[in-house]
Formats: sequence, structure tokens, C-alpha cells
Amino acid sequence: MIHARNLPFVTTLAIFVIAYGLCVLQFPNMLSTRVIGNLLTDNAFLGIAAVGMTFVILSGGIDLSVGSVIAFTSVFVAVMIGSFGVHPLTAFLAALVISTLFGCLMGAMIRYLLIPPFVVTLAGMFLARGAAYLVSTQSVPITHEFIDTMLGFYIRFPGGGRLTLLAMVMLVVFAVGIVVASRTRFGANVYAIGGNIQSAELMGVPVGATTIRIYALSGFLSGLAGIVYTLYTSSGYSLATVGVELDAIAAVVIGGTLLTGGVGLIAGTFVGILLQGLIQTYIVFDGTLSSWWTKIVIGILLFVFIVLQRTIIWYSDRRLAVRQLKEV
Amino acid sequence: MRDEDMSVQHALLEARGIGKSFFGIPALDEVDFTLQGGEIHALLGENGAGKSTLIKILTGVYRRDRGTIYLHGNEVSPDSVAEAQTLGIGTVYQEVNLLENLTVAENLFLGRQPRRFGMIDRRTMRDRSKTLLQRYGLNIDVDALLSSFSVAIRQLIAIARAVDLSGKVLVLDEPTASLDAHEVKGLFTVLRQLREEGVGIVIITHFLDQVYEIADRVTVLRNGRLVGSRTISELPRLDLISMMLGRELQHITRDHQAEPETVDDRGAPSIQFQNYGKKGSVAPFDLDIRPGEVVGIAGLLGSGRSETAFLLFGIDRADSGTATIDGEQVAITSPEAAIANRFGFCPEERKTDGIVGDLSVADNIALALQAQRGWMRLISSSHKRELADSFIKSLDIRPADRERPIKFLSGGNQQKAILARWLVTEPRLLILDEPTRGIDIGAHAEILKMIERLCSEGMSLVVISSELEELTAVAHRVIVLSDRRHVAELSGRQLTTDGIIRAIAGTGETEAA
Repeated sequence: MIHARNLPFVTTLAIFVIAYGLCVLQFPNMLSTRVIGNLLTDNAFLGIAAVGMTFVILSGGIDLSVGSVIAFTSVFVAVMIGSFGVHPLTAFLAALVISTLFGCLMGAMIRYLLIPPFVVTLAGMFLARGAAYLVSTQSVPITHEFIDTMLGFYIRFPGGGRLTLLAMVMLVVFAVGIVVASRTRFGANVYAIGGNIQSAELMGVPVGATTIRIYALSGFLSGLAGIVYTLYTSSGYSLATVGVELDAIAAVVIGGTLLTGGVGLIAGTFVGILLQGLIQTYIVFDGTLSSWWTKIVIGILLFVFIVLQRTIIWYSDRRLAVRQLKEV
Repeated sequence: MRDEDMSVQHALLEARGIGKSFFGIPALDEVDFTLQGGEIHALLGENGAGKSTLIKILTGVYRRDRGTIYLHGNEVSPDSVAEAQTLGIGTVYQEVNLLENLTVAENLFLGRQPRRFGMIDRRTMRDRSKTLLQRYGLNIDVDALLSSFSVAIRQLIAIARAVDLSGKVLVLDEPTASLDAHEVKGLFTVLRQLREEGVGIVIITHFLDQVYEIADRVTVLRNGRLVGSRTISELPRLDLISMMLGRELQHITRDHQAEPETVDDRGAPSIQFQNYGKKGSVAPFDLDIRPGEVVGIAGLLGSGRSETAFLLFGIDRADSGTATIDGEQVAITSPEAAIANRFGFCPEERKTDGIVGDLSVADNIALALQAQRGWMRLISSSHKRELADSFIKSLDIRPADRERPIKFLSGGNQQKAILARWLVTEPRLLILDEPTRGIDIGAHAEILKMIERLCSEGMSLVVISSELEELTAVAHRVIVLSDRRHVAELSGRQLTTDGIIRAIAGTGETEAA
């Protein structure tokens, strides 16, 4: 049974399948595993960050610090490895601890100081970006045997495509995210808070702990996205990934999650990421289009989805009203 | 055996000397409350008497300043709703209840989902939800979203959750406020069944008929103090009301019922709506309103009562018909246009549509006048203070503090402030949608009295109410709605509660198709 609340997700999925079909009609090569593999690898860091963003938006919040935290993590990791000769694993661990604590702090401010998430994470965005500049304003390249090994690890598809380690990390994050959202009490609490925070509190949901964990999760995944981004570009740069949080939000919304919270699926975000990647790939294949077309198409899609969500809400309210009328 | 004897001696829930202040203003003072198992206990009092505060202390929402709470004779101190729930005290609130974006099963088991290997076991959750709801006579799809069910069913789901979760004490805050008679009956059947099973039930309500129908005992609070606790069968209704009001009964609503004055055809209609209607909202109707007349609108929930008000006030645009004021045709296409024609409207949803919670009482009162004058001509703050003070005095708004944010006032006093908001604009037509909903008897009588006074001053009123006795008491004429059509107009001797009910049911000589 398709709930009305899952309709946006189904729509996105349908749009993706149709769009992919049309692309393949024009460029049969787009069906190759090589293209699919690249699409996954290119969007791995964005996808990981978008999973965290989905939890945040499901709870009715927003996290604007994502792009800055990615940049900070990447510079931090690059400097640790490149300048201080720390083992990559240690650097990764340190970066994840920092980004998670950063998320915790923002969550605690949102909950206990009752400051809107928009404001707190906006401050977090400036803070993390500034901290990234503080670490280094240069682009810091990294070379390390261990990293080469990591980048050399992949599964070969038939047809020459590669499922790289980075893509695998993203797929695992999505899989875990789906299970956490739909099959754990934490996930249920996130939906509850997004539905109505007062009701959730009166029903005994630990709102404080859950809020902190949501932003900690988003911080952790931003850190992980930062590490993946560092590996992807083999460097750290404090000016990188400006506005990535907005791409993540776009993927979440296109994937059918309501910006007001309480309704949405992690799987939807995955399709949202794939759709964005598909548009970029198409532009590359076409060769004549400006890359700005990605933004334009995503903008149009966002409008369409927001209107679609409104319509669905309006329609289901109306249906309910009609039914109650009949009962009377 | 001895253990059993011991437990019989202890009340199920006992609160002693409870005290609580907000911002230095005492809300509860030395209040005792005792609930036995297998008892339905009504908690009564006027608005602002401290009922909600007491409930919120018992259920862990507020922390008490003084006093002790015993459950089965053991001292408890719930610091959160979750803790009160695990102790055995479950609550069903009137407004904020369950979560509409989750399914029925998810709502029932939120926070205590059955798990297997650390993961939520959806199948077990579904099965247990079904068996749980069947005990309450509900055979519904537990995987459907909560938002697809009516308020009555949601309430039963909330009760099922609270009892299953806590099992000892069930607190119901105004459970019947938005239910129709049939649904109330169903709810009471469930409550009696729970009483048989030994659950102690606390019920807050302002429907005294229901108190006498369902409750075993009542506890009455007034101004934050305990007035008394009685067995209902030994308490005549008049005594109960005087306990609640604490004053001699002079103006109970029923006194006004004695022969409503009939406005004869002397006065010419000053406001006329002809063939006025909107597709999908209300079928076209004619409505003439004379100066100083109270026109009542009756009908069941969803019959088009509020929609009629929305049309009259321009919130919804009519797509047929004309409006005439003193012989001149006017276009009421928006609330602004309605206000410019000196109409006023107190909506049904006071909290969401009426008050601006964070603004002070004075600001809330000045709102409509400011809108009428336009935003370029600001009301001076001294003028605002004068207005506020005079209405706080004449309407007896309590506490008499014009600077207090209105959200800290009780429902009855908020309603008075909204009335004041429109009265300062000196409207020719005031539309009141459920003016006495959620309001205690004292404020109720005062508001009805005020309605009478206003129309004696020449103001016309349209009063929408689901309380038929109230309508027959104040209205000169009553329009009856059914299925979004005006099916009857009653006045004079026809104007009785029976007459209205018959008109709604479509029997008698009405033109209902």
C-alpha cells in the first residue's frame, strides 16, 4: 500500500527512471557500469552528508554547517597527514570526534537555549569555515601509502565499471541510515519530534537527548563526508564545498522529505542524489551545455516538488474533511 | 491476605499539600487530591482554578513547589511525562495528543516498540496494536496514518495507549470537548469498562451533565485552592455549581431561557445577505439581520456553521449572491472589507485564530481597532492603556493586568479579551463562533449576559454554538444548518432545543430534501 506520505518518494523514483531512460535513449553509453560507478563515486561525499541532513530535516530542523564542516575536516585531515605525519586512520578518527562533538554542541544549544536550528547552524557554518581557514588557507595535497591502498581498493563490475571504496562507504551509510530511521526507537523518535514536538514530549519521547543525537549524527556524517571528499580530491582545501549543505537539502527535498519535518524516507534522499548526479552526467555527455544547467534543473525540480507536497497535503486534508462530513 | 488489606488502605493516588507558583503568582495552594482505584473522579473548577496545573504536576509536566504525591502509599516524584508514565500515570490531553504523521501502531508503541535483535519488530507491533484496540471495540487498519481517523477514534487510540502504558491512573483533560453525543457515549462505555478493571480515572470537563452521568466523585478547585471533595450521588447540582462558583446563583444560563424576547417585524433589517453562498462550502442562503437582534446558527459538526461565519466575514469569498447594508450593496470580499463595514468576528479556534499569545492583553485588545484605522495612524499608547483598562474593568478580565502576555490568561479571560478587541471597534455586526467553548460556568454566564447587553445597545450578533440550550437562551432567531444548507429558521415559540434537533434531523415541516 502506498501511503499518501510516500507519494513524493514514488514520484521522484518515477522521474528518475524516466529521466534515465530518456538519457539512455540519447546516449546509450550512459547505461554502462562505468558511468554508474563514476556517478556513485562523484557524489559519495554529498550522499553521506545528505543522510545526516535527512535526519535533521525529518526532525523539523536544518543544518547549514554541513559544507563548512566538510571543508574543515578535509583541511584538518590533510594537514595532520601532510604536515604532521600522523597516520591517516588516527587523523580520520580525530576528525570524526571533532565533527561529532561539534554537532552535539549545536544540538544542545538548539534544545537547551531554545535557539532555532537555522540560527545555531548558521553560526556553526561560519565557525567551522573560519576554523578551516585557521588550519590552512592553502590547498594541502596529501600522499600516503595507506591512502593509495584505500583508493586502489574497488570491486570491478562487468563492463569495466568500478565500485570504489568511497562509493561503498556511501552505500553503507545509506543502508545503515535506512535501518536506523525505520527500525530503531531513535528513528521513530526523530519522526515523532518532526511531527509535533509538543505531542512527542507529552508522549514521553526524550526530546533533548534525541535532538542532540540528531545533530551529532549530522556532524559525524559531515565529518565522514569530509574524509571521503579528501580522499576523492587527494587534498584538503578550506575554500572547498561552499554551499554543499544546500545541495544536500535539495537532494532531501527532491527525495520527498517534507521541509516541515515528520515525513520522508532516507531511500528518497538516495534517489535525490542519483537524480542530481544524473543531470551532471547528462551535461558532461552533451558537452555543449553549461554546468549551470545542473543548478537550473535542480531549481525547477525543487519548485515542482514543493508544489507537489503542498498539493498532497491539501488533497489528503480535503479527503479527511469529506470523510468526516460523511460520518456526521 | 494481609498485603491485600494493606493496599486497600492506601489510595491509588494521593496528593497532599500541593503548591505551585508561576512568576511569583500562586496557581495552586495547599491542594489535596485523592483518587481510588476503580473510580472515576471528576476534577472541576472555573477557568484558572488550577485544574490543569494540578494535572500537570501529577503527570510530571510541571515540578511542584510544595507537597507530596503518593502512589499506592509510596512517595513518588515524577520529573517528566515519561517517568510518570512508567510509574503508572497516563494522560490524554485535549488538544495535543498523538502524532498525525505516524501510523496508529507507531503511535501506540512510540518509545516502547517491541524489538528483536535491537530492531523494531513491526509485525509484533502490528499484532499487539490490533489486539489492544479490539479491547476498545476498534477494528481499524493500524498501519494507516493517524491523520486519516476522526477525533473520536484518535481519542480512543490515545486512551488505549495511556492505559496500556501506565495501567493504573488515567487522566483525561476535556475528553468530550470535540466529540458529538454518540461519540461521548462510546467513550463513556470504554471508561466504565476501565473502571471495572480497577483503573483510577481523573476526568476534567466542564459538562456537568456528563459529570453526573459518569463520575463517582468530584473534587472542586477554585482560585488555586481546594473547595472540597464529594461523592457525586450525594451532591445536588445546585450545590456543586455553588461550590464551583463560590457565589450565590443568580445568573445561571437557564434563567435566561425564560421566554426569549421575540423581535417583531418593527425593525427593518439593516444587514441583508441574499442568495449568498459558495460552492463546496455553503449552499446559497438568505439572511436578514435587524439591529439589536441575536441570530443563532445551529447544526452538527461539519454542517457548515463555521463556513457560514467565514462567508459573512469575508474570509471565504462568496461566489453567488449580494450583501446589503442599510439598503446599499457592499462587497465583502476580505476580512479587511468586513472590518471596514464594521463587522467583527471571534473565531472558534481561540488559540490559533484569535489571540496573539506573546502580545500583552492591551495589545490584543487594540489589534482590531488598529486594523480598522489603518496602520498609518497608530493608536497612542496612552489611549491603548485607557481602552484596555476600561474593558478589563467592564468585562472583568482577570488578572487585571493589561501588560501580561495574553497566553498566560485562562481560556475564559482570553475569550473576554477577544470580545473586547471587537467591542472597541463598535461593530454593527459581531459574529461569535462558539463563544463559550472551553469556558467555565462563571465566564459562560458572563459572556451570555454580555451578549444580551450588547444587543440591547443596538448591536447585531450572529452566534454559532453547539450548545442548543445556550442558543435558545440568547438568540431571537435560530438558523438551522444541515449538510451545508440552511434547512430551517426558528423563532418565537418554535425556538426550543427540541425544535432545533428535529430540524437538524430533518423531520417536521422543514424543507430538507
